[in-house]
Amino acid sequence: MTKPTLLTMSRLLMKRLLPAFVLAVGLLVAGQPAARAEGEGQLMASGANVRDQASLQRGARLFFNYCVGCHSLKYMRYSRIADDLGLTEQQVMQDLNFTGAKFQEPVISHMPPEDATKWFGKAPPDLSLEVSAKGADWVYTYLNTFYLDPKSPIGWNNTTLPNAAMPFPLWELQGEQVAVTKPGSDAVEKLDLAHPGKLTPAQYQQATRDLVNFLTYVSEPAAMQRHRYGVWVLLFLALFTMLAYLLKKEYWKDVH
Amino acid sequence: MANVFARIGDWVNERTPGLAPMYRKHMTEYYAPKNFNLWYYFGSLAMLVLVNQIVTGIFLTMNYDPSASGAFDSVQYIMRDVEWGWLIRYMHTTGASLFFVVVFLHMFRGIMYGSFKKPRELVWLLGMLIFLALMAEAFMGYVLPWGNMSFWGAKVIVSLFGTIPKIGPALQEWIMGDFLPADATLNRFFALHVIALPIVLLLLVVLHLAALHEVGSNNPDGVEIKKGPKGNRWDALKPADGIPFHPYYTVKDLVGVGFFLLIAAFIIFFAPTFGGWFLEHDNSIAANNLVTPAQIKPVWYFTAFYAIVRMVPSAFGTAVWGVLGMFGSIALLFALPWIDVGPVKSIRYRGTGYKVALTIFVIAFFCLMALGMDLTDEYFPRIFGAGIDITLWDNVFGRIMTVAYFGFFVFLWLYTHLGWEKTKPVPDRVTTHD
Ligand code: HEM
Repeated sequence: MTKPTLLTMSRLLMKRLLPAFVLAVGLLVAGQPAARAEGEGQLMASGANVRDQASLQRGARLFFNYCVGCHSLKYMRYSRIADDLGLTEQQVMQDLNFTGAKFQEPVISHMPPEDATKWFGKAPPDLSLEVSAKGADWVYTYLNTFYLDPKSPIGWNNTTLPNAAMPFPLWELQGEQVAVTKPGSDAVEKLDLAHPGKLTPAQYQQATRDLVNFLTYVSEPAAMQRHRYGVWVLLFLALFTMLAYLLKKEYWKDVH
Repeated sequence: MANVFARIGDWVNERTPGLAPMYRKHMTEYYAPKNFNLWYYFGSLAMLVLVNQIVTGIFLTMNYDPSASGAFDSVQYIMRDVEWGWLIRYMHTTGASLFFVVVFLHMFRGIMYGSFKKPRELVWLLGMLIFLALMAEAFMGYVLPWGNMSFWGAKVIVSLFGTIPKIGPALQEWIMGDFLPADATLNRFFALHVIALPIVLLLLVVLHLAALHEVGSNNPDGVEIKKGPKGNRWDALKPADGIPFHPYYTVKDLVGVGFFLLIAAFIIFFAPTFGGWFLEHDNSIAANNLVTPAQIKPVWYFTAFYAIVRMVPSAFGTAVWGVLGMFGSIALLFALPWIDVGPVKSIRYRGTGYKVALTIFVIAFFCLMALGMDLTDEYFPRIFGAGIDITLWDNVFGRIMTVAYFGFFVFLWLYTHLGWEKTKPVPDRVTTHD
């Protein structure tokens, strides 16, 4: 009587192995950080959600008010922003496009890279794929961790990207943070808001969340289409699989 | 209408009389064992993915620019400006990873049920050649988007050839056509990826199936149905346990295709980067020979083999041993039919030693994979405390797993050549089917 038990055991093994494999991979993926990037400390959760159109619109406005002076989005056209964010051509050309570019053209900053290199020591990078490269949480944390640093040539420093060459453009919104160092060392322990800005801390966090949300969209505009069609594709395939299964059952009735 | 089709059929048959018999031989009169289980879906799924890679690849080629100055931009052009370009690209990138998922499971099935054993050694060898071609194909494809990980990955992998004593450095240069991965490298990798290797793959798959249909499929019981009783409902001379491939397995495989496409579509539409596994974050930065990514590691499906390279130490003034170890880990799979000569095919009736060894082998493979992905650097400090010496832990862990990987083959050789295995009685007929 050993045979049947062994048989069921091995069959059980087959039946369990595959789901176990899928589960293991799932766990590994879930345990992976969304993105690693240089920098120190824990990242804050950005809560970016490209399905939130109002947030995307606010984020776009912030980007074009505070960032486009230095950073381009060379893979992103104004017309595409209008389409995806539910804005009219007029709205985009009046409220967002301050560079005089045509509606169909991509977002190119006016800052000449040579000058930027002279001023900051480094040309500001294009931000089209920033969130794909570093992760939304990293960018969000970065925008929340600027502090005044008299030792830095530009007056600002950042705990997420130490010695960042970027002057903090949102300081009038957030205010000025200063570093509290550990006694007897240079290591930053935490950041204190020494001079509040125009926004409360909660409002500032929402503003940077909107901005990061916009950059997440810019990294992959296709996400809008993916989300739109995905559910229908899955429903269709579920139906297909069910029909295939019924067909199989019907055909296999006479296999004994 | 039916009449028209019948007449066209007749017209073709008169001119190529070999076609209909060939169709019958491989479809309606190919008698496959009736007890195939879940593990037997992956062959047809591998064919599906191959077709997907070729079709989506053709459309990508229409818009991709294989030059160091244009490649990265052209991928973004596909993602943003080409109609449905994002879908085509995600189908191709997801397909690449799923290809390896499917092929790994397909190979594991072959090991578990002894499908590589007599008389199917050639099926197995052709399969292993497919696996080699597939690895080359995937590696070159990964370089094409010319992201920073493409660049550094190419540099590291090609430099493996550089460890070969004497000819290494020259060989490395010859492969790249330059001192670094550059325009020339990209051009030739493109040529190999879009035409040379796909042709080789297609040819090998045809041979793989031809070889299989000559001897007939194995099955989860490892019973040779051709040696069993004869006579089924369709043919008095064919195996009693066989059923015609078409329509029985065509409709059954269709169910597998449905499930597989559900999983694939979920990834394509809702998680195309798969948490940075299928599309890596550092590849969103254009290739830059001045900026080294924080960690250089290959895509997940190469990591187990890559871990072996790292774990074998240098000796006698050369680092070639790691590379030999990696090739050895694959060469041993080629040799499996002559290493595992146990008479019983299926794990269902094999000795306990075999089951334990196979389990350890699978665990070792996953652990090497995790190591190659640098997951251990992240999890060891979490599990064993932040103060540990990670390099030391990685090395000890990795070497144990490398020994376990190779140990599997050594054990199997001893176990079966010296007759240590205590097998269970194998039934005369296949036992189950659904
Ligand atoms: C492009 C990749 C491949 C394709 C399209 C492919 C296709 C197939 C198909 C359609 C079958 C019959 C159905 C089945 O048994 O699942 C099969 C059987 C088989 N394949 Fe592959 N294969 C591929 C790669 C490989 C590799 C890498 C190996 C192993 C080194 C392999 C080893 C085998 C063996 C041993 C069988 C016979 C299985 C049995 O009868 O139990 N194949 N293959």
